[in-house]
Amino acid sequence: MTLSKKIIPNVICTFCGATCDDLEVTVEDGKVQTLRGGCSTSLNKFVNYNVERHLTPLVKKDGKLEETSYEDAIARSAGILANAKYPILYGWSSTSNEASRAGLELAEWVGGVMDNTTTVCHGPTLLGVHDIGEVSASLGEIRQRADMIIYWGSNPVHSHPHHVMRYSALSKGRFRSSRKDRTMVVVDVRKTDTAKLADQFIQIEPNSDYELMCALRMAVRGDELEQDIIAGVPAERIEELADLMISCQFGVIFFGVGLTMTQGKHRNIDVALSLVRDLNSRTKFIIMPMRGWYNVAGANQVSAWVTGYPYAVDLSQGYPRYNPGDTTAVDVLVRGDCDAALVVASDPVSNFPVEVTRHLAKIPVITIDPHPSATSLISEVVFPTTIVGIETGGGIYRMDGVAMVTKPVVSPPPGLHSDVEILQDILTHVKKLKMGQ
Amino acid sequence: MNVTLISGRSLGQAKSKVTGKFTEEYLRNVAVCELHPEDLKALGIAPGQNVRVSTKSGTVVARSAVASQASQRGVVFMPYGPWVNMVVPSETSGTGMPSLKGIEAEVTAAPNEKLLDLRSLVEQMTSGR
Repeated sequence: MTLSKKIIPNVICTFCGATCDDLEVTVEDGKVQTLRGGCSTSLNKFVNYNVERHLTPLVKKDGKLEETSYEDAIARSAGILANAKYPILYGWSSTSNEASRAGLELAEWVGGVMDNTTTVCHGPTLLGVHDIGEVSASLGEIRQRADMIIYWGSNPVHSHPHHVMRYSALSKGRFRSSRKDRTMVVVDVRKTDTAKLADQFIQIEPNSDYELMCALRMAVRGDELEQDIIAGVPAERIEELADLMISCQFGVIFFGVGLTMTQGKHRNIDVALSLVRDLNSRTKFIIMPMRGWYNVAGANQVSAWVTGYPYAVDLSQGYPRYNPGDTTAVDVLVRGDCDAALVVASDPVSNFPVEVTRHLAKIPVITIDPHPSATSLISEVVFPTTIVGIETGGGIYRMDGVAMVTKPVVSPPPGLHSDVEILQDILTHVKKLKMGQ
Repeated sequence: MNVTLISGRSLGQAKSKVTGKFTEEYLRNVAVCELHPEDLKALGIAPGQNVRVSTKSGTVVARSAVASQASQRGVVFMPYGPWVNMVVPSETSGTGMPSLKGIEAEVTAAPNEKLLDLRSLVEQMTSGR
């Protein structure tokens, strides 16, 4: 028998950085039944939110994870962090701003490194922005006005499935009402599914984005290209692309981790940002990173409010230090510096090179995550938690820096705590331990 | 066969990771190496048979598949996840970011080698084998 059914409109999707806010969620008997308006990843996330879940905290005993009380898990976690000399507190991109804020206070008390998943996605982007600056806009402005859209090293059909439809080539804007009003170009090493939607696809050789971007800068400035083929692309095509970019009214480069994870890294971003700066002497052009997780931009914002730095913040000296390449998660873990780890809303074992996992396996790891993961397998303490945007609310930032507030659509299972509650309870215990010393 | 390895997001990886990382669906979508059809032929295996992917950082067995998004010969794709992590380098060149794309790799046919599930793979990672 159906006890209750309600349809909740305008729900924000908490999967990717596009954070689409037009989902319609049907809740029946207190559970999400179906969803309209979202992409297939969003549908899977909302409909399967209760699959593969543990509902009780776990602690490792004799090499095996066993159920324990919430209070015991809090006490153990506080003990691990309070006694650590140089813990890392990592994750933060798939939870709320409030959780990041609580995590930063905890990091300050335990003297650790606070890093978020930016470190292995758009970390080099932030380094480039420090160097050059960024010409940006909101996704709304792009939707209304952009007549030229370039996706470079990004495959949104797979990574941000509704991005093209909601914000760029396939969206209906105030001044660009149909697909024919916009030119779409994709630059990638593979002819991706996104490239199949484009007017032009430019196939580039792996690890040669820097060369192509430099050649494009030269062409935009009117300099002659001296080589026939650059980065696998004929010089004439580069010149044609430069002409297209100069002649548009409002252009945008959306770039993905195809630029940050390849040879050149932050230097690729430097030259991309410089290209857009150059273009603004001829027309209106902006550039935007395709941020991956739904609140990775928020993790940067909160970290920057509190410490002055967007990620990789070392608080071990009692004040914030920022030195990516030194204080970044992969580096501190590969060097073996950290003697404990708190992982919140992330799965570094699934996202980091194996050498990092080998060090994580040697130190006590505390994981706070709604679902079991590869990282929870190697953890000393595992907290199941509520899911932001489904069972609990919180502030987030969209990829373009627009602040949004997520709301719960169902109640969490009894006894489950939110990330914020767990972090605050650990912090309270840590304070007691530190004050007692 | 010497190749360039690209790791990245795929729709199948994204959908299956939110469904559950211990599901068959996740294993099927993530423990996979996509190759150009001519490269598969050159290896002498059929799509679905296992390959071994090796780099200077490590080695892993993955299921082979025909690249769903047209690839160049000599460029292979593996979705983000624990399997590709076995072969990506940890060196960040002072940026904090490992090179997760454009990695020099070797792919060999491994039809008789076992594909590890997530638990077994994590066990292998942490035992240092």
